[in-house]
Amino acid sequence: MERTLTHVALFAALIAVLGLVPKLDLAAGVPITAQSLGIMLCGTVLGAKRGALAVLLFLALVAAGLPLLSGGRGGIGVFAGPSVGFLVGFPVAAFVAGWVMERTTLSPAVAATAASVIGGIGVLYVFGITGMAMMLDKTLSEAAFLSFAFLPGDAVKAVIAGLVTQSLARMRPASLLSRA
Amino acid sequence: MLTLTSPVETWAHRLPAGGKLAVVAVGTTALFLVGSPWLLGGALAGTALLYLTGGVAFSGSALRQLWPLWPFVLIVGLWHIWTAEVAQGAAILLRMVSAVALANFVTMTTRLSDMLGVFERIAKPLSPILPPRRLALAFALVIRFIPVMLDRMGLIRQSWTARSPRAPRWRIMVPATLAALDDADRVAEALRARGGAG
Repeated sequence: MERTLTHVALFAALIAVLGLVPKLDLAAGVPITAQSLGIMLCGTVLGAKRGALAVLLFLALVAAGLPLLSGGRGGIGVFAGPSVGFLVGFPVAAFVAGWVMERTTLSPAVAATAASVIGGIGVLYVFGITGMAMMLDKTLSEAAFLSFAFLPGDAVKAVIAGLVTQSLARMRPASLLSRA
Repeated sequence: MLTLTSPVETWAHRLPAGGKLAVVAVGTTALFLVGSPWLLGGALAGTALLYLTGGVAFSGSALRQLWPLWPFVLIVGLWHIWTAEVAQGAAILLRMVSAVALANFVTMTTRLSDMLGVFERIAKPLSPILPPRRLALAFALVIRFIPVMLDRMGLIRQSWTARSPRAPRWRIMVPATLAALDDADRVAEALRARGGAG
């Protein structure tokens, strides 16, 4: 019981820290925010249920007024803005990524990359694009056009999530709760 | 850690958080039912007046919080000038800015502890599976561990640069995640030794 609670809480803090680190400089010279990487890792490391709970806890603290979203945004205003779909999609993305991770027997690197692409990009974009289309009164294809600017960065993050998950699996096999 | 609550005390700071949230929920729904740009312009003017009752400094920090919306204003604005549907574009942008500004007003006038209190009350029906004490403990753990993790991220970066001429890039994520997992185990043990998570 306590372990579930602390894992959920510590990964919620990890998502927040990844948004606060000004520029993680993840790939050579491309400044991309690492927050969605945190969402992917929640799924691939903690598994479906705990991963989604960690993201929900993080979002609750954002809504309560902590400026934890990348760029120092926060408060309930972000849930009234055009990117609300992405926020709603965050916990679902972590859940789906975790679910894929739990259901495959592929090597951690391959499974985690695939899980991040399916959950952290596929599912997340469905929610994000739908939300943007509703908030800005655009068609789905018009909203999709606006969102695809982030696709290259998110693809890089999915690969990084795969590499990080693989390293964790090697260094501390028991720590990969999605495969426990 | 800094919250988004405004240090400038306004009359709205004294209102109950739950009530303010309910009013904003109704107001935002109304904004999405209205299509006329004139009415929406009126709503934005009303929101601006609401902020001005809190003073100039309060309104200034409110404007700074709206700044992240500029890419959307630019893109949607250009789009509707291009398609010559200016009235519709104006309605969309006025609605977006008023909805976000209205919600920000509640965040700026409500203390973090009050807002978390509302969440804990909303979660009360879930108490058989999620005891309120456990939720409060989870909130507290996250708030406490964010600065701890930020510090450690800095330490990891420093020790990397002490050993390698190259930048750590994504590799910093492995020790950072590993440390989070180890912390989770240790904190769980400490909680259990002190009587569990409730």
